[in-house]
Amino acid sequence: MIAARPATPPPQAPRGRLKNPYMPVVRMLGFASLLALALLTMAPFLWMVLTSLKTQQEAFAYPPTFLPSTGPQWQNYTQLFTLVPFGRYFVNTLIVTVAVVVGQLVISSMAAYAFSRLKFMGRDTIFLFYLATMMVPFQVTLIPLYLLVVQLGWVNTYWGLIAPGLSSAYGIFLLRQSFLTQPEELSDAARIDGASEYGIYWRIFLPLNGPALATVGVFAFMGTWTDLLWPLLIVRDQNLRTLELGLAYFNSAVPQFVQPNWPLLMAAAVVVMLPVIVVYLFTQRYFTEGIALSGVKG
Amino acid sequence: MTSNSDLRRTGIWRRFWGRWNQREGYAFVLPSFIHLGLFFLIPLAFSLWLSFHDWRGLNTRNPPFVGLENYEFMLGDRRWWNALGNTLYYTFVSVPLGMVVSLGIAMLMNLRIRGVYLLRAIFFVPVITSWVAVSVVWLWVLDGNIGLLNYALSLVGIDGPDWLANPRTAMLALILIATWKGAGFQMIIWLAGLQGISRELYEAAVVDGASAPQRFRYVTLPLLAPTTFFLLITGVIGSFQVFTPVFVLTQGGPLGSTDVAVYRIYQRAFVNFDFGYASALAWVLFVFIFAATLVQLAYMRRNLGRVYGR
Repeated sequence: MIAARPATPPPQAPRGRLKNPYMPVVRMLGFASLLALALLTMAPFLWMVLTSLKTQQEAFAYPPTFLPSTGPQWQNYTQLFTLVPFGRYFVNTLIVTVAVVVGQLVISSMAAYAFSRLKFMGRDTIFLFYLATMMVPFQVTLIPLYLLVVQLGWVNTYWGLIAPGLSSAYGIFLLRQSFLTQPEELSDAARIDGASEYGIYWRIFLPLNGPALATVGVFAFMGTWTDLLWPLLIVRDQNLRTLELGLAYFNSAVPQFVQPNWPLLMAAAVVVMLPVIVVYLFTQRYFTEGIALSGVKG
Repeated sequence: MTSNSDLRRTGIWRRFWGRWNQREGYAFVLPSFIHLGLFFLIPLAFSLWLSFHDWRGLNTRNPPFVGLENYEFMLGDRRWWNALGNTLYYTFVSVPLGMVVSLGIAMLMNLRIRGVYLLRAIFFVPVITSWVAVSVVWLWVLDGNIGLLNYALSLVGIDGPDWLANPRTAMLALILIATWKGAGFQMIIWLAGLQGISRELYEAAVVDGASAPQRFRYVTLPLLAPTTFFLLITGVIGSFQVFTPVFVLTQGGPLGSTDVAVYRIYQRAFVNFDFGYASALAWVLFVFIFAATLVQLAYMRRNLGRVYGR
C-alpha cells in the first residue's frame, strides 16, 4: 500500500523539515504589531518626560506640541528640588527598603533552610501553615496591624515602616524551592567534616542560592520602594515621607495652584520613577525567573 | 528521619529535643515565626474580635461587644453593596481583558523573532512603576480638555469624554489603565507556559492538516490550561482586592462609580475611624474571595482532568 503511493508528498506536509512558507510574513507582521504595542505601552511615559521639559504655557497648548518648542526646560527639575525635598525622601525610602530587603533575606532564608534541610517535629505542618497565611488578603490584617503599631508607639518611626515587612511567606516558599534542588549529600558531607548547621547554611547554602536570593531581594525591594498605603498610614511627619508619599502629597497639592503645574508634576514623577527603572534594568533576569517560577509551579 | 519505634521509646521531652538537629530546626524558624505571630496571627485574631465590637476612634478603651451588629448594619449599607457591585464589574471586565491582551503579546513574543527580548523589558516598565507615578501620568493623558488621548481621538473625529470625571467612563478608564499596567506581568507567565509546549505537537498538528486557529484551539489552549487557571485565580483574587488605582486616580468617585470594596474598607477604617465595622467588612470580603477561589479550584480540578484525559 505504502509503495503504491505517488512519489510527490501531499501539499500540506512537504518532505524534510516542516516549514510554513508564510512564516517570514507572519514574523514580520508579528514584529510590527509588537513594536506598535510597545510604543503604545511607552507612550504615556514618553509624554511624561516630554511634558516635564516644557514650559507651563506650552503644556497647556492646544493642539499639544510634541517636542518642547523653546528647548528643554531643565530648570523645571531644579525648581522641583527647591519645592520638594526629594533628596530627603530618597534617603528615607532607601533606609526603609534596605532594612526590609536585608531582613527578608536573612529571616526568610533561615526559615527556608530549616523547612528544606533540617528535621524537626511538625516541620511540614508548620510549612503548610505558612503557605496558608498567603491566602488571607492584606486588608483583613491591615486595620489591627495599624492599631497594634499605634499601641506600640511605632507610628511616625522608621521602625514602624520597616517591621511589618521583615519576613514574608512568599520569600520562604521561593527560597525553599531553590534549596531543595541542592543534593542532600552536600550537607551530609559538610556535617561529616564537622560543620555546624549554621556553618552549612551560611557558607554553603547562601552562596549556592544567589539567584533565588536575588529574586526574593528584588521583589522585596520593588514592593517596599513603591508601597503607598502603609507609609500613608504610618507617616505623619514630613521629614519621614518616602518618595511615593512625597509624590502623592505633591500630586494632591498641585491642583490647588491657580493653574496646575503639569510640567513640574511630570518632573516629580520622572524623579520618583527613575531609581526603580534603573534597578529593574540591572535585575531583569531575576524578575522574569521569579515570576515564571511562581506562575508555573504555584 | 527518626523511625517511629524510635520515637515511641523516648519520652515526650526527648522527642522534641533529643535529636541533635531538631533544636536547630526550631531555632532557624523562630525569627520568622515571631514575625508571623506579631504581624499576622495576632492581627488576624484581633481583626475577628474587632468585627464583633464597636471600636471607633484611635483612643478607645474597652469597646462594647455588639455581637453581629456590624454584620447586620452591612446588610443595609447601600454604599457597601454599591462597592461590591463595582468590584464585581471590575473583576468581570478586567480579568478576561487582561488575560487576553497579555496572551496576545506573549504569543507574538513566542514567534521567536530576533531582538524581541528588548521589547519584553518595555512591556515590563508599567509593571514596576509605582501606581502613584502612573496615576500622575494618566490623570494628565486622560484630562477631558487638554489630555493627549482626547486630542488623539479628536483627530479621527471622536469627541472623547472627561474619562475619569464621568461616572459612565471612570471605571472603564480604571480598567484600561490596570490592563496596561498589569499586562507585562501576565505576559511573562503566559510566555513560560507557551515555551513549555513542545514544537513537535504543532508539527504533528500541521501534518494532520490543522489550520492555525485549529492549532490554537486544540493544541495551545488545552496545554495552557494550568497557566490559564493560575492567572484566572490569582487575577480574580487580585481584582477583588483592587485598591491603589482607585485611591490614586478617582478616590471612589465620581458619584461612587469607582468605589470598590477595599476602598470602602479603607474609608470606614482610616477616614471614619470606624474600625469595628471596617473589620467586619474585611472579613466578609475575605469570605467572598475564599468562596470564589474554592469554586474556581473545584472547576479546575474537574476540567483539567478532562484536558489530560484522566
